[in-house]
Amino acid sequence: MPDKGLGQLGDGLLFTAVVVYALAMLGFAGEQASRKARQSVTAVRDSTQVLVGSGGPSVTLPAETVTSLNPSRAGRFALALTGLGWLVHLSSITARGFAAHRVPWGNMYEFSSCVAFVAVTAFLVLVARGYVERSLGAFVMLPVVLYLGLAATKLYTAAGPLVPALNSYWIKIHVAAAVTASGAFLLSGVVALLYLLRSRYDELTAAERPTRFPVSLGAQLPAAPVLDRVSYVVIAFAFPVWTFAIIAGAIWAEAAWGRYWGWDPKETWSFITWVLYAGYLHARATAGWKGRKAAWVAVAAACALIVDYYVVNIFVVGLHSYA
Amino acid sequence: MTVPDVVQVDEATRLTTQPLAPQLRSGVLGPLRFGWRRLTSMRTALLLLFLLALASVPGGFLPQRRINPLRVQSYLEKHTTVGPLLDRLQMFDVFSSAWFSAIYLLLFISLVGCLLPRTRLHLRALRAAPPAVPKVLTRLPASDTWEGDADVLARAEKALRGWRVVRRGDELSAERGYLRETGNLVFHLSLVLLLVGIAVGAFRGFKGTVLVVEGTGFSNTVASYDDINPGRRFHPSSLVPFTLQLQDFRATYAPDGKALTFDAQVTWGRTQATTPYDVRVNHPLAVGGAKTYLIGHGYAPFVRVRDRTGAVVLDQPVACLPQTPQFLSTCVIKVPDAAPQQLGFRGAFTPTTITQDGRVGSSFPGLVRPVLTLVGWAGDLGLDGGVPQSVYSLDTTALKPFDKGQAHALSEGQTWQLPGGGSLTYVGTREWATFQVTQDPGKRLALLAAVGIVGGLMLSLFVRRRRVWVRVRPGAPSTVEVGGLSRTDPERFQAEFAELVRRLRE
Repeated sequence: MPDKGLGQLGDGLLFTAVVVYALAMLGFAGEQASRKARQSVTAVRDSTQVLVGSGGPSVTLPAETVTSLNPSRAGRFALALTGLGWLVHLSSITARGFAAHRVPWGNMYEFSSCVAFVAVTAFLVLVARGYVERSLGAFVMLPVVLYLGLAATKLYTAAGPLVPALNSYWIKIHVAAAVTASGAFLLSGVVALLYLLRSRYDELTAAERPTRFPVSLGAQLPAAPVLDRVSYVVIAFAFPVWTFAIIAGAIWAEAAWGRYWGWDPKETWSFITWVLYAGYLHARATAGWKGRKAAWVAVAAACALIVDYYVVNIFVVGLHSYA
Repeated sequence: MTVPDVVQVDEATRLTTQPLAPQLRSGVLGPLRFGWRRLTSMRTALLLLFLLALASVPGGFLPQRRINPLRVQSYLEKHTTVGPLLDRLQMFDVFSSAWFSAIYLLLFISLVGCLLPRTRLHLRALRAAPPAVPKVLTRLPASDTWEGDADVLARAEKALRGWRVVRRGDELSAERGYLRETGNLVFHLSLVLLLVGIAVGAFRGFKGTVLVVEGTGFSNTVASYDDINPGRRFHPSSLVPFTLQLQDFRATYAPDGKALTFDAQVTWGRTQATTPYDVRVNHPLAVGGAKTYLIGHGYAPFVRVRDRTGAVVLDQPVACLPQTPQFLSTCVIKVPDAAPQQLGFRGAFTPTTITQDGRVGSSFPGLVRPVLTLVGWAGDLGLDGGVPQSVYSLDTTALKPFDKGQAHALSEGQTWQLPGGGSLTYVGTREWATFQVTQDPGKRLALLAAVGIVGGLMLSLFVRRRRVWVRVRPGAPSTVEVGGLSRTDPERFQAEFAELVRRLRE
C-alpha cells in the first residue's frame, strides 16, 4: 500500500523546490539587472570625466550608490539557491519513490518532475565545468519553474501502484534513460532558442538597427558561439541516451506486447524526435546549415519531444496511454 | 592515367574522410556521376532525413490500419469528405505507403553510397602512417615556435604515448582518435543492418492470436489460431512445434478496480503439455524462436443446456467478450444440436453485479457476485447457409424469442426452465486468456544492430580525433615548430596542446 504521509511530504518538498527555484531565478535576474545598471553608470561616469576634462560643469557620482547591489554576490546567492532547490527537489523525488514503493517515474506528474530535475542538474554541471556563465540561470530557471508549476497543477497524481504493463524492471532502465535524455534535450532547446535571440541581436546591432523585445534580451546573453557550443554539448550527451532509451523501450515492448516496434503513436514520435536530433548533428557539420538553421532544427526537435510526451499521452490513443 | 575524382586538397589538414562537394564533369558518365554524387551528398541526406521526420507526422496523429483498423473505420465514418481523400493518400497506412518507402529507401541508398567510399578511405587511413608535416605549421589552429634542438623529438615521442607516431628525419607526425570514424561507420552500417533485420521479420515472421478457456489449450499450428498475421514469405513449416494448456488464470485488482497483476498458469511441451510455466504481462513463454504472450482475459460461464427431449446438448464454458473496464461482458450461446428446434441465447455476464433501473451492470472486474443475464430464442440459427458466422454474434432472423424477449438473470448454479421444455443451467464460472504467439527470425539481427548503433554512436560522439606535428628546422640556433589540429571540441584541444607544448619545452 502506498504511504500517504510520505507522498504528501514529497508533494510539499516539490512545492518548496519550485519556490526556491523561483527565488534563484529572481537572483540571477537581479545580477543581470544590476550589472547592466553598473555598466550604464560607468558609461555616465566616463562621459562626465570627458566633460570635466573639456571644462564643462563637474558632476561627481558617489561611489556608494553604484555598489548598492553587488552583482556577483547576487549571482553567487542565486547559484546557491539553485543548489538548495536541487537538493529539495531530489528529496521530493526520493520521498515519492519510498511512498509508492517503486521508481519515482511511474506517471506523467512524476516523469515531469524528474525531467525538470535532470535539466537543472545539467545546467549546474555546465556551470561547474565552466561551459557557460551562471547568469544564464535566469533564462533556464524560468522555463523550469513554469514547467514544474504546470506539472504539479495539471498532471497531479497521488502516489500509487503501477498498472501491470509497467510492472517490469525495464521501467527502471527505459524510463530512466528517457527522463535523462528529455531533461537534457529540453535544456538544449531553451539554449538553442537563446542562441537564436543572441545571433539575431548581434546581426541587428552590427547593422546598427534597433532591437525590440525579445531580441533585445540578447544583450544579457552569453556570446552566440558559447550558446551554440553548449546546445551542441548537451545534445551530443543526450542523443546516445535517447537512442538507448528507444532501444530499451523496444526490448521491453518485445517482452510486453510481442513486437519490438509497432509504430504506436509514442514510438512514432520518439522516432521523429530521434530523426530530428540526428538531423541536427549532421546539420551542424554541413556547410550552409551551421548556426541558425541548425539551431532551428534543435528547437523543432525539442517541440517533437514535447509532442511525444504530452500531446501523445493526453490526446492520442495508443499503448502508452497510462497516466 | 586516371584523373582523381575529387580536387586534391591538403590531405594532412583534412581531418575527415567526408567526401567533397560534387563537381559537374563532362563526358557520357559525367551527369550520371554528378547525380550519384548529389544523392550521396550530405545536403541531400539531410534533406531526406527531414523529409522522413515530416512524413512520419501523420502516422503519429492519424489512426493507422496496422495498429487499430477499427479506429480507422470510425474515422472514415465520421469524416466523409476528408477521410477518403486521406485514405487515397495512404495516410492510414503511412509506414507502408509508397511515399514513406520512397523516402527511406532513397535515404538508405544515399547512406550506403556515402558509407562505401568512406569505409574504404578509413580502412586505408587505419593502415597508413600519420600524414607528413604541412609546410606552414603556423597557419594551423594551434601552433607554437621556439628555439630548441632535435632532442625535442625524443621528448615528443615520450609525451605522445597512446598516439600513432611516425618520425621522418627531423619531422614527427602523430595522430589519435581513429575510433571516432570507426564508430561513425559502425553506427551507420548498423542502421543498414537494422533495416535488414526488420525486413527479415516482415517477410518471414508470423503472428497468431488464440483465445483459450481454463482447462483447454492449443498447439502452434496455423489452423489453431483465431487470427493470424503471417509475413509475405512465411512458410507454415517454420512454426516451432509445441502445445500449451491453460490450467488457471488469475487477475488481482486494487479496491478501485485498477488491475494489479495478471497471471496465466500453463503447462506446455513439444509434444505433450507437461511443463508448468507462468505467463504474465512482461513475462512471455519462449519455445525455440516462438514467444507466447498473454494479451487479454475474460470470463467464460460454464453452461449446460438440455433440450425438450431431456438430452444434454451443450455442456461447456462459453467465452464472453468484455466491453467495459469492470468486465461487463457480452455472451452468445448457440445450441445447434437441440431438438426439435435449435436454441440461441444472447446476453451479458457481470462479475460483480449491480442492478440499476432494471439494467444490470458490473461495479468491479473481479468475481464477487457473478450473474448471467440472457434472452433466449428457438428456431433456425442459420448455420447451414454456408456463410461463415462469428461465434460471438447471433442471427435472430429465423428465431422466435422466449417470454417475448424478456431477459432472465441467473446466479451460479441456477437453472432457467425454458417455456415448452428444456433448460439452461449456469453451472459455474471459468476464465479465459488470449495468447499471442510470435515468431520473428529478424529479431536477433535487429538487436545486434541496436548494439552497434549505440556503441558506434558513443565512439563517434565522444572520441576526439586530432593530429600533432613537430619539426626541427636546422639553423644557428635551430628552431622547433609545433602545430596541431582537431575538428572536434577545439577548446579542449587547445588545452591539451598547451600541455604538450609545456612538456616539450621543459
